[in-house]
Amino acid sequence: MSKCSVGLLALSSLFLSGAAIAQDKIKVGVTATLEGTYTVLGEDGMRGHQTALNVLGKKIGNKELEFIVASTDATPDSAVRAVRKLIEQDKVQILLSPLSGDEGIAVKNFAKTHPELTFINAASGAQETTYVDPAPNFFRYNMDGAQWQVGLGKYAYEEKKYRKIATVGEDYSFIYTQVFGLVLEFCGAGGQVTNRQWVPLGTKDFASVIAALPDDVDAIYLGLGGADAVNFLNQYQQAGGKAHLMGGSIMIDQTILSSKGNAKNALIGTIAASGQADTWEDPGWQKFVKAYQDAFPPNKRFPSPSLLATNYYDSTMALILALREVNGDLGDNQSKFKAALAKIELDAPNGKIKLDSNRQAIGTNFVTEVVDDGKGALFSKVVKVIPNVNQTLGYDPAVFSKIGLPSRTVPECKKY
Amino acid sequence: MSRLVERHPVWALIAIIAVAILLWLIFAVWPPGLEEAVGRKRVFLNALFNGITLGGLYFLVASGFTLIFGLMRNVNLAHGSLYLFGGYVGYAISTSTGSWLLSFIVAFILTALVGVLLQVIVFRRMEGQDLRQTMVTIGLSIVFADLMLWACGGDFYQIQTPNWLIGPIDLPLITAVKSSGEPVYLRYPLVRLVIFAASVVIGVAMWLALNRTRIGMIIRAGVDDRDILAATGVRIQLVFVLVFAFGAGLAGVAGVVGGTFQSLSPGEDIRFLLASLVVVIVGGMGSIPGAALGALIIGLAEQLGSVYIPTYAIVVTFLIMVLVLAIRPQGLLARR
Repeated sequence: MSKCSVGLLALSSLFLSGAAIAQDKIKVGVTATLEGTYTVLGEDGMRGHQTALNVLGKKIGNKELEFIVASTDATPDSAVRAVRKLIEQDKVQILLSPLSGDEGIAVKNFAKTHPELTFINAASGAQETTYVDPAPNFFRYNMDGAQWQVGLGKYAYEEKKYRKIATVGEDYSFIYTQVFGLVLEFCGAGGQVTNRQWVPLGTKDFASVIAALPDDVDAIYLGLGGADAVNFLNQYQQAGGKAHLMGGSIMIDQTILSSKGNAKNALIGTIAASGQADTWEDPGWQKFVKAYQDAFPPNKRFPSPSLLATNYYDSTMALILALREVNGDLGDNQSKFKAALAKIELDAPNGKIKLDSNRQAIGTNFVTEVVDDGKGALFSKVVKVIPNVNQTLGYDPAVFSKIGLPSRTVPECKKY
Repeated sequence: MSRLVERHPVWALIAIIAVAILLWLIFAVWPPGLEEAVGRKRVFLNALFNGITLGGLYFLVASGFTLIFGLMRNVNLAHGSLYLFGGYVGYAISTSTGSWLLSFIVAFILTALVGVLLQVIVFRRMEGQDLRQTMVTIGLSIVFADLMLWACGGDFYQIQTPNWLIGPIDLPLITAVKSSGEPVYLRYPLVRLVIFAASVVIGVAMWLALNRTRIGMIIRAGVDDRDILAATGVRIQLVFVLVFAFGAGLAGVAGVVGGTFQSLSPGEDIRFLLASLVVVIVGGMGSIPGAALGALIIGLAEQLGSVYIPTYAIVVTFLIMVLVLAIRPQGLLARR
């Protein structure tokens, strides 16, 4: 009995001391897809996060940031489970979460149940997250999937003279949003999207999907990511595929371009659009690439940061800069911190970022083309830089709202 | 065969008609009306062949699983980990030596060794305790998954297909006729055909070994009654170790195959464990022909489903499992 109570005492004192330490620490929960199809994306996201900490430091006035990482697998329930665990068990005050599209929608909805906390989106890019019924405490410093496709449709139609294309994409919100952006612009320019194929996230065997690709089109758009994209390319090579390709933002990304094997060579010459371009000359970007490369040994990173690394870098940067602005004051339900987050303008490596009234990023987009650097490594080369891309893609908000929400069949292929 | 026809004349007729339709679909040039209704013949043929070749891969994984279960009543839920382990070993060997074939041999031997260790250290200690075995192997699969994540990282690996297997070949099946009258032949990835042929060879060899050799006889006797077999003086534990090693080795070989025409990454272990569970539930626990049939059905369902009903493709497999469990719970080709 006495032994037991001594043990309890020791335990409770441990908890108390933990609470005492928490006074001069700010606890931040981070989630990343460290399991499943998007593992590689999550890992590089964490590298971007670490790079930001190296550059900016963890000190906020006299307080120090403490990060607790939880893993998800790109499904919405795994994200909510991870976020809930971070809040309830680890008592985090701020969240840097999540990575993937469906997760984003789920975490945004969950954020409403904790209005006192602050959620900073790490990298997810579904349109619905901030466009439909946004949560007042959810901030997104990366553009959504549709914004990341701005410029691609026009470039394909006008420069590459593609008239008819077909799409293959993973069957979830982020890729819907990407195809949404592509179709709006491509069809608006006069092109036709004849066929949209959707495959479940985590598909391994694409042989039948590849066989079903139409052959009377000028190009095939691939909206795949992570292991799915690599599997697709590998089997595409084995099936002897020769079509022109176009790529979504996580398809033409170092997560795929530096994968092992030679199947990725099918991507050379592929045009794509994304929130970054590997070979951009901008000094801010080059500095970030250098910081990323210096932070990790060459075999533990990609030759150049992926889109996920950049997004995690930007969101971590927003977190730290806004906290410094209020000197770490999280009182009054973090209201000062939230106001600072909403106002902040980031001088991010991939262009200037500010938030709109839905707390959604307005940023810079890049049209790119995949090139071989001569030593067998692939990079995305800048073709066009488009600043100030907002969530309604330059459409009048009233017109934009009539198009409907991104889904398997929305938008229709016509001029809005 | 003729007895079967006499007993179930109606079913036999339906089966013959179905086979005839299938053969016609494969060999005939489709009339335009049919192409309009169900899509191009090329797509159908590809989906069919992909289903069969994918079934070949599933068979490799599931046959080891079912063999181990049939003889020892061991539900080895770490079977998926053996698959992934074999794949990683195959990747390491093929990148360091450049030999694709050598990677199969090494993967087989190493996973077989892991299988031996599992049998000697884990299963022998808890013989006949199904629940304990199940729990322990689930635990082991989690431990293995984390160890492999630690060693190989979360990256996805692809085993390089040797040059002589890259690319498609023309099969003598006409998919369409051009307006000039020139036939268009089906182009199909060579590597998948080779892998399918290899799994057929392994399947037939296993069947022969089980039914025509002395060791096969011992294993079959062991499936029926272990205790009597042990009483006749057969060193049953040795047989167990051998069978476990072979079953595990097959999973390792399947890992190399899977790493060649798909890819290896964390999570694949669970996927293939699930696939082999579904396959043996459909085919019948412990039956090699059952595993072959189950693998074929599941492979075809996945591929045809992904082409013709993409939205629901993911449920088709489980619908089949539910149907089989409802109508014939012991599995399609189980003996009891």
